[in-house]
Amino acid sequence: QLSLFRLTMKRLFSTSHSSVDSKEMKKFQLLAHKWWDEEGEYSALHSMNDIRVPFIRDTLLNMSSNYNLGNPLSGLKILDVGCGGGLLSEPLGRLGASVTGIDPLEDNIRTADQHKSFDPVLAKRIQYKSSSLEEIVEECMETFDVIVASEVVEHVADLEMFIKCCSQVLKPEGSLFITTINKTQLSYVLGIVVAEKIIGVVPEGTHEWEKFVPPEQLEHLLESYGFSVKTVNGMLYNPLWGSWSWTESTSINYAMHAVKSGAREQSSPTDAPSELESEQHPATAGTAT
Amino acid sequence: TSAVMAAVCGRGLLAPLGGRLRVGPWAPLRSVAAAAAASAPLYDVVVSGGGMVGSAMAAVLGHDIHFHDKKIALLEAGPRKEYDRMPDSYSNRVSSISPGSATLLSSFGAWDHVCSLRLKPFRRMQVWDACSEAMIVFEKDDLDDMGYIVENDVVMSALTKQLDAVADRVEVFYGSRAVGYTWPLPSHSCDTSPWVQIELADGRRLQTKLLIGADGHNSVVRKEAAIKNIEHRYDQSAVVATLHLSEATDNNVAWQRFLPTGPIALLPLSDTASSLVWSTSHEHASELLTMDEESFVDSINSAFWSNVNHSDFIDTAGAMFRSAISLLKPSGTAVRQLPPSIAKVDPESRAMFPLGMGHATEYVQHRVALIGDAAHRVHPLAGQGVNLGFGDIACLTHHLSAAAFNGNDLGSLKHLLKFETERQRHNVSLIAATDVLKRLYSTRLTPLVLLRTWGLQATNALPPVKVRI
Repeated sequence: QLSLFRLTMKRLFSTSHSSVDSKEMKKFQLLAHKWWDEEGEYSALHSMNDIRVPFIRDTLLNMSSNYNLGNPLSGLKILDVGCGGGLLSEPLGRLGASVTGIDPLEDNIRTADQHKSFDPVLAKRIQYKSSSLEEIVEECMETFDVIVASEVVEHVADLEMFIKCCSQVLKPEGSLFITTINKTQLSYVLGIVVAEKIIGVVPEGTHEWEKFVPPEQLEHLLESYGFSVKTVNGMLYNPLWGSWSWTESTSINYAMHAVKSGAREQSSPTDAPSELESEQHPATAGTAT
Repeated sequence: TSAVMAAVCGRGLLAPLGGRLRVGPWAPLRSVAAAAAASAPLYDVVVSGGGMVGSAMAAVLGHDIHFHDKKIALLEAGPRKEYDRMPDSYSNRVSSISPGSATLLSSFGAWDHVCSLRLKPFRRMQVWDACSEAMIVFEKDDLDDMGYIVENDVVMSALTKQLDAVADRVEVFYGSRAVGYTWPLPSHSCDTSPWVQIELADGRRLQTKLLIGADGHNSVVRKEAAIKNIEHRYDQSAVVATLHLSEATDNNVAWQRFLPTGPIALLPLSDTASSLVWSTSHEHASELLTMDEESFVDSINSAFWSNVNHSDFIDTAGAMFRSAISLLKPSGTAVRQLPPSIAKVDPESRAMFPLGMGHATEYVQHRVALIGDAAHRVHPLAGQGVNLGFGDIACLTHHLSAAAFNGNDLGSLKHLLKFETERQRHNVSLIAATDVLKRLYSTRLTPLVLLRTWGLQATNALPPVKVRI
């Protein structure tokens, strides 16, 4: 009830026309060249690929009935919002998808473009653009099969506008993948105090606890924009091994998969369409030929 | 050997990846060279060395479902080797293929070709000492095949056929030798090419995301990558030959006798022929090669049958221990079989090659992995050489396949290190044990003979230890 009130207040009093927060941009500017150092400031994001790429890949494979294990994501158009240096865009491109990576920071896009340029296959499959999500909405209505917003929603200025834009550029029945951080006491202690100030596995000042998003709030927001939330999984980082794993608790990090409803041009429905459920095929485990 | 193990296990548990990045010679590419290099074809994986292990590596990757749209190249200095049928005489270079290796070869269809050419399964291995009666017999309970003796040419021919089957993914460069490697800087430096540059003898250039060195114990890849190699030359050479038995027999037993000068082994090729692998001193090896055929055959028979090295003391001590065992464990002593006697040797089949032991301190670096003899070289007494290489292939393919399915950069150290850890853990103990056995059996000194006599007898009686071997 309280969160609903908060949400309504935000809608009434929001004056920003952009989901991009300029303070956040400044923080990332300083680290624009550090993206591809696997042992550097972004090492935790590099190792996050070990769970988020299989999560995206397997969810999408389970949803399609014909796939090719040699090129599992071929034929899919994916939008990587807040792509940074392209850490997630590249693996998705290698798996066969056509990826569009957008990031408001030009230096990030420059780094990403540079890094993909040496691999002719990636150079063709991935396009980067320095842009915010709102800026591409008009020319990209219902263009993408999949949107990936990983470690992004805790940095945006206007979460509601962000979700609305996601809905607009996503095809009906398209998938939205989000990974972000919960807003709990535990996430403050471990996610900020320990991660940033004590161990330093995340550069200091990267996160603001106030902007963390609890999964319930995110779920509610998504459903109010025509999404049906399919999966919510907790994620846990082990700083000793530098590795991520899935966990039951969503108290700190979590991943979410939602599917946009099949009916076209939904304004703000609240009921999850039932035809979506019946169209889902049960997982058929891929067998090698 | 403790020095070996200490040096080899020097990689700490949480060793930073940064410690592994290039310290050897490298040449950053400047603008002109960069343009030239940029036009060199880019492969996902290049395997350098087209022997049994290198060819099998390329073939396994070529057949892997997650490598369906990848480009692989195999560089081999020699010519293409393929036989539709084998010549009548046997080649003198044979390998003992373990069941695990046979499984790997059948996973991509090569084993069928081997079976259609020729091979000899064996069911039993008898290993005994020249200085005592101690003996150990290995056989599987269900009388399954313990292993297969296959000529190296047969394996190569099978691999060539399976490489042809995936020619759209695997490009084989015969008669090609790599003369230079240029290593990339760590990936976060953005100006220069992130790939390994390879220059061939004929001037052609290739680029690759991952270079696999399968170029033998004098590996150029290993040397150019400045990877330290612990190596030791045994003062022994192995003499190989193709022998004909006095009379036809089932011939499904592999025989090995430890002489003080080194082990002599008889590996079955057919009902009437066996392959000889006799490790002995360099001087004796040269003698064996130059002596006339009759004396050569006599030396072999005497090596297997003569008891000149026995001493009464050891015989009595051994007999006592054996009766003690039969009290405790009645089934613990096996029936001693007699090895076949040799009548003749194939005229041109005698050859010798020097023996040594080697182990690379690292199997991997950024964008580089070593497999087979390039990573580890072992004494033939355990019959494990090529099987270790095939084990490397199975492990590396497992990790590369998973990496490809995760969309990872194939040359990334993260999964390469997992391969290294797994294989070093497995290989080091086997290589060290083989080295220990070689040294233990190279002496006539009574206390050591007694030790190994009792040790062998005890091992023969204890199923758990035997099964592990």
